[in-house]
Amino acid sequence: MSETTVVAAQAVARKRGSGRQTVRFVLGRIGGLLATLFVASLVVFGALYAAPGNPLSFLTQGRSMTPEAIAVLEAQYHLDDPVWLQYLRWLGGALTGDFGTSIIYNQPVSQVLAARAPASALLIMMAAIIVLLAGLAVGAYAGLKPGLLSRSMMAGATAVMAVPTFVAAVVLILVFAVQLGWFPVFGAGTPGLDAVHHTTLPAIALALASVAFVGRLSQAAIRQELSADHVQTAISRGLPRRFIVQRHVIRNAAMPVLTVAGLTIAGLIAASVVIEQVFQLGGLGQLLVSSVQQKDFPVVQAICLVYVAAFIVLNTVIDLAYALLDPRIGLGRRTS
Amino acid sequence: MTALLNVNGLTVKLPVMGELRTVLRDVDLELEAGKTLGLVGESGSGKSMTVRTIARLLPDGADVKGHVRFDGAEVFDLRGEALRRYRAGDVSMVFQDARAHTNPVRRMGDFLTEALCTNDRMPRRAAEAKAIQLLADVGISDPERRLRQYPHELSGGLLQRVMIAASVAVRPRLILADEPTTALDVTTQAEVMSILARMQAEYGMAVLFITHDLELAGAVCDDTIVLYAGQVVERQRSTQLHRDPLHPYTAALVQARPEIGHRARRLPAIPGHPTTAYEAPGGCAFAPRCRFAQDACRRAVPSLLQIGEQGSTRCIRMPDLHGRLLATTGAGDEASDHQRADAAEEATR
Repeated sequence: MSETTVVAAQAVARKRGSGRQTVRFVLGRIGGLLATLFVASLVVFGALYAAPGNPLSFLTQGRSMTPEAIAVLEAQYHLDDPVWLQYLRWLGGALTGDFGTSIIYNQPVSQVLAARAPASALLIMMAAIIVLLAGLAVGAYAGLKPGLLSRSMMAGATAVMAVPTFVAAVVLILVFAVQLGWFPVFGAGTPGLDAVHHTTLPAIALALASVAFVGRLSQAAIRQELSADHVQTAISRGLPRRFIVQRHVIRNAAMPVLTVAGLTIAGLIAASVVIEQVFQLGGLGQLLVSSVQQKDFPVVQAICLVYVAAFIVLNTVIDLAYALLDPRIGLGRRTS
Repeated sequence: MTALLNVNGLTVKLPVMGELRTVLRDVDLELEAGKTLGLVGESGSGKSMTVRTIARLLPDGADVKGHVRFDGAEVFDLRGEALRRYRAGDVSMVFQDARAHTNPVRRMGDFLTEALCTNDRMPRRAAEAKAIQLLADVGISDPERRLRQYPHELSGGLLQRVMIAASVAVRPRLILADEPTTALDVTTQAEVMSILARMQAEYGMAVLFITHDLELAGAVCDDTIVLYAGQVVERQRSTQLHRDPLHPYTAALVQARPEIGHRARRLPAIPGHPTTAYEAPGGCAFAPRCRFAQDACRRAVPSLLQIGEQGSTRCIRMPDLHGRLLATTGAGDEASDHQRADAAEEATR
């Protein structure tokens, strides 16, 4: 009886120990995420402050105003405070979702953003799905079935990777929107299926280079895993090829591929600005471009911060997912 | 009785950088059921290639001539399902680097049971019970816990034992052990060897044992084959090998080993460096490094020569040199006289 108690206690201790480690690991990652966000907020705020031109000249729009009127404007937008106070006020507001008031729209920035975020989110999500599905499919096929078709697919992927996003967008519009008429030329459409229809072409344009990249990457990962020693063990045991591929090749190749694919998808956020502009989707990216041109500082800061936050959060999620996929990364490390 | 494994005139060429390079030349070997055959040689001598050929694990584009027969069936005629069955049930490999040869992201339980569940359609629970039994058999404590562990959580010796357990799990008729203990420290080596020997006796398996350790081969193998530059240069009873070698190369290997109980001033190394089959000169491949080599040795590739009941050798001078190979380089003895005579002969040429 006492023996079983000891065994049970050991099991619990083991579980609790690894649980604690998991919590510590996750907390560590979240701490890192917050630190990165803080640094990013400094950079975002500082960059605009250092940029040429100041909001006051845009507020006055070149008109000459009385010093009293300027003082009122400065007080309204807190432009007379020292920089660090302006930063702290902005940061404090941002933490509660208040990014100030847009100079151009004269509305709370959060409202301006909320109206445009869904279009961007849809674009990036659709592009991400295309990258994962098409990229992994191409890579898996080319990796597992070497031959003329695979080689031409890889050569094609290299070519596609070299095409700039906006060129791909224009070509896609020419072929599928103007000539074939399958998709609208621009605009975001009404929410729902219409929005998906409107976003399909932009999403493909945005995803194309990343599909090629992820395809090449997963092909290489699969080929490398196929020649790994442990796969040779599996072959020497007479296991069916399908079983070996599923169990020993795909799973192992997935780890590096998913990491890089995740980073690539995070990178789509930056590229989406261009695509939104080309397709006039009216999302955050397009707003960013116009706000920069109009020196709408609060909006630019808020969008930059949202982009950076999305990127960093995605990165952290990838990190955590990798740790779950690879037992060698110390989530619940137990020693023998 | 016909042998379980019969390799005849095996010549293997592998594609390296666009050309075919010879790795094995005219290799013959025979292994009877339940027996152990040692395969000894330096790196690059073709030991691993021999077992890889037998297990049909050669890379694509390999050029194979000669015969490998397992239980009378030509191994290189096996295709598809028959080949899978041969690999699954007849031969089983134990690899040198157990860590590289286990999937790092799969638990040991998966490693031990996948062949049973997939090939033998054994239910998972039964396979796990068998795996636990096998782990206990190879002296691993707390087997239930090991099944849930990953390879990186096990030490090298432990992992190699798991490897052996996994190999014998399917009750193969032949185990191909490719330097199973080379990566382990000496005490672990001894344990792993005794486990392998016990498993072999218990299940009546034949073992083809690769090593570069002559003494180890002598201790565990019935017969030993010495490979040099992709060729068999000697075959005889393992117990005789280090007492009465039949080839100057084997003799040189024996002498290059330090012996416990003797204080050696300096170990006699073999001059020159190991040759691969691809670079081997015409004539006897060992001739450039051999202190007994004569002109005749360099003229033609010697064929295997039977030395009475004792074994065979690929040395044309053996009838003359037999029994004198180990008489060392100490002053005034016959072998060094020979060497001096040879050197003189060389000089006058």
